Amino acid sequence: MSQPLAQSPQTTQSTPTRSPYPTEPKPYKPGFAERLYLPLLGGMLVTMKHFLKNLFNPSRMYTISYPEERRDYSHRFRGHHILTTRPDGSVRCVACFLCAQNCPAECITIEAGEHPDVNIEKYPTVYEIDMLRCVFCGYCVDACPEEAIIMSNNYDMAYFTREQSIVGKADLMKPFTFDENQLGYRPRFPEEDVQRSKMRRDAFNLVEAAKQAQEREAHKAAHS
Amino acid sequence: MSTLAPPQVKTTALPELEAVRAKFPAGSILPQEGLDQPVWIVSRDVLFEVCRELKENPQTQFDMMLDLCGVDFPDREERFEAIYHLYSIQRGARLRLKVPLREDDLVLPSMLKHWKALDWFEREAYDMFGFRFDGHPNLRRILTHEAFQGHPLRKDYDAAKRWILTEDKIYQPHFDLPDNSDDMFERMTINIGPTHPAMHGTFRLMAVLDGETIVASDVEIGYLHRCFEKMSETHTWQHVIPYTDRLNYCSAFINNVGYCKTVEKMLKVEVPPKAVWARMILSEFSRIMDHCVCNGTTLVDAGGLTSFWYLFQPREEIYGLLESVCGARLTVSACRIGGLIQDLPPDFEARCRRLVDMIPQYVQDVETLVNKNRIWIDRSVGVAAISGEDAVNWGWTGPCLRASGVGYDVRRAHPYDLYDTLDFEVPVLYGGDVYDRFRIRMLEIRESLKMIKQLLDRGMPSGPWIVDDPHVALPSKEACYNQMEAMIYHFKLIMDGIHVPEGEVYNMVEGANGELGFYTISDGTSKPYRNHCRAPCFPIFSTFPNLINGGSISDAIVSLGGLNIVAGELER
Repeated sequence: MSQPLAQSPQTTQSTPTRSPYPTEPKPYKPGFAERLYLPLLGGMLVTMKHFLKNLFNPSRMYTISYPEERRDYSHRFRGHHILTTRPDGSVRCVACFLCAQNCPAECITIEAGEHPDVNIEKYPTVYEIDMLRCVFCGYCVDACPEEAIIMSNNYDMAYFTREQSIVGKADLMKPFTFDENQLGYRPRFPEEDVQRSKMRRDAFNLVEAAKQAQEREAHKAAHS
Repeated sequence: MSTLAPPQVKTTALPELEAVRAKFPAGSILPQEGLDQPVWIVSRDVLFEVCRELKENPQTQFDMMLDLCGVDFPDREERFEAIYHLYSIQRGARLRLKVPLREDDLVLPSMLKHWKALDWFEREAYDMFGFRFDGHPNLRRILTHEAFQGHPLRKDYDAAKRWILTEDKIYQPHFDLPDNSDDMFERMTINIGPTHPAMHGTFRLMAVLDGETIVASDVEIGYLHRCFEKMSETHTWQHVIPYTDRLNYCSAFINNVGYCKTVEKMLKVEVPPKAVWARMILSEFSRIMDHCVCNGTTLVDAGGLTSFWYLFQPREEIYGLLESVCGARLTVSACRIGGLIQDLPPDFEARCRRLVDMIPQYVQDVETLVNKNRIWIDRSVGVAAISGEDAVNWGWTGPCLRASGVGYDVRRAHPYDLYDTLDFEVPVLYGGDVYDRFRIRMLEIRESLKMIKQLLDRGMPSGPWIVDDPHVALPSKEACYNQMEAMIYHFKLIMDGIHVPEGEVYNMVEGANGELGFYTISDGTSKPYRNHCRAPCFPIFSTFPNLINGGSISDAIVSLGGLNIVAGELER
């Protein structure tokens, strides 16, 4: 399989006792102009060109003013997880433990409970992801057979304490992550399939509105 | 605990190896058929002489010691095996030596006289397995703490065990230096690192200075040791992929490819052409990115921040490309065993083409700035120079070796994927110093761009991006939702993992720093029995004290940048 190397093979075969490799480094020898620092002028032209370009066309500059400006990430970005919901707003997850099994960082904790609907059987009473342990590899999303866990392209995760970093079911189902522009990694899932996420968000909003209405009613009833 | 049977002995072998074998007493060397390269089981008593013969015999010329690692088989009578990987650059041939050892007698001859590369490899084997090397001058722990007890890669060492290690037992080097009490100036010992911006990671450099000249030095590593190899043994084959991201994090994709190709070789899986094509393009882009980081930071160390910004723009764009493919910028985990994480995005080719058009301008700008700039030339020419012969003896590979005049490149010498069909050159320079290491990386960026252009011109192959084998790759989500059989495979693969057939493979790819090899042993279960990573910068960094002794302290910083040491890969 091997092919001749870049150096001359004659020296290696004729005199096997001599080393086939260079025994002394041959350093670069600068020319006359280089010793006079002349090529520096060319370098200065390069920096001047970049300077003027950035001065008169600042929109092409690479630096951005985060957090006011943000980089556009694709809809494959592996960011904060989302637990998706059924149309009635309950969690889709059936507590099959595949994601916890497939997690290389062992950061998912699930406790299963019995679902009142016999067709669903199980649901997670506790679903926690330790965001400080998570390596955002997307293996949980690969593993999920229910499309119950997907990822958003939200990478803003900062916590004051370690306890805060353990994110529970309520945070994972938060509505802000349901914006179809914020969807992230969903493997083997058509890139344009935002219809579903719209449905999820509408369903969530409906449930949210109903909840609020209920609360208002309760509030009214308590004060009247 | 698995029961790996001792391997079957076979007798077919290559003639030149047979000639060497005939010189030693019968029974001391047993040849064995390997899946990837010839294997010899060598008795410890003749090991030193066998290696001398293999190195010096003009028929074999094994001039490079690539790797040394140990394996633990608790059920065997001879419990341990020391495994040497030899390579002949001239012949392009490989050989694996296995030395069985009994638990009560773990002494091996130190072969530093043949290959200086073994200096750190022998220390690592001592650290991880407790092998003792007779004649090694400085046999102490390398990756773990001085106060650590036990040998972590032995099978009876609990992977979940934790230690509290304090500073009081930290290593203090002792240098044997001639007396200089009648000199006017005292010598000064300084510590650079472990957390020092010039150290590019967490290394501790201890140097004895006479004025500004380093008279003696030593380095200590292990601050970023993450037990990659032990953790591989406790995780399934797929779960190792996110770990490989963290080896050389500047070019994480190449590590993914290297690991996946090793497992695919054991599984004898044919990767679909689209995945091969994309893997090559993204590997070359990762190489460009790695070279940009290395050259940029080297120039920062020498005081040139401008070039750093110019070189980081292509890197930023390449991160964007990787993110559009796999969803992460740095720790990509973009490969799966048998293919890729998911299909390529529709604008993949267009993005690649835009990058190929964009990058040369930045490379050109930096070259105009520094290549003939006397300030840079004065800082780098002749600094930390090493001859090709020494570099081979120290086990160097990659751009650093090619800057010393030895044109060994895995892509050319042992072409994998489609590299044998591409038209590219292996640039070679002869200075062996920081200046030539810098230039060779710039030349390699151009060669990589050339390769990407050729691949793009061939067009994206159609077809799947991952192998259609439910024992290796997860079925598609659509199939999983709609077909009972696919659902069963899906559960089975995740709960049970891939079952890799018994065997062992050493497979290498050309990483950004040199030959990145994975030596993997499977016992037929869903977890690797042993997964050893041959990190290219490990032997390179072991040379570092020798390179900087006699130079000035500022040269030491520049030469560290030029070697491209990545702590994640060095300490695994």
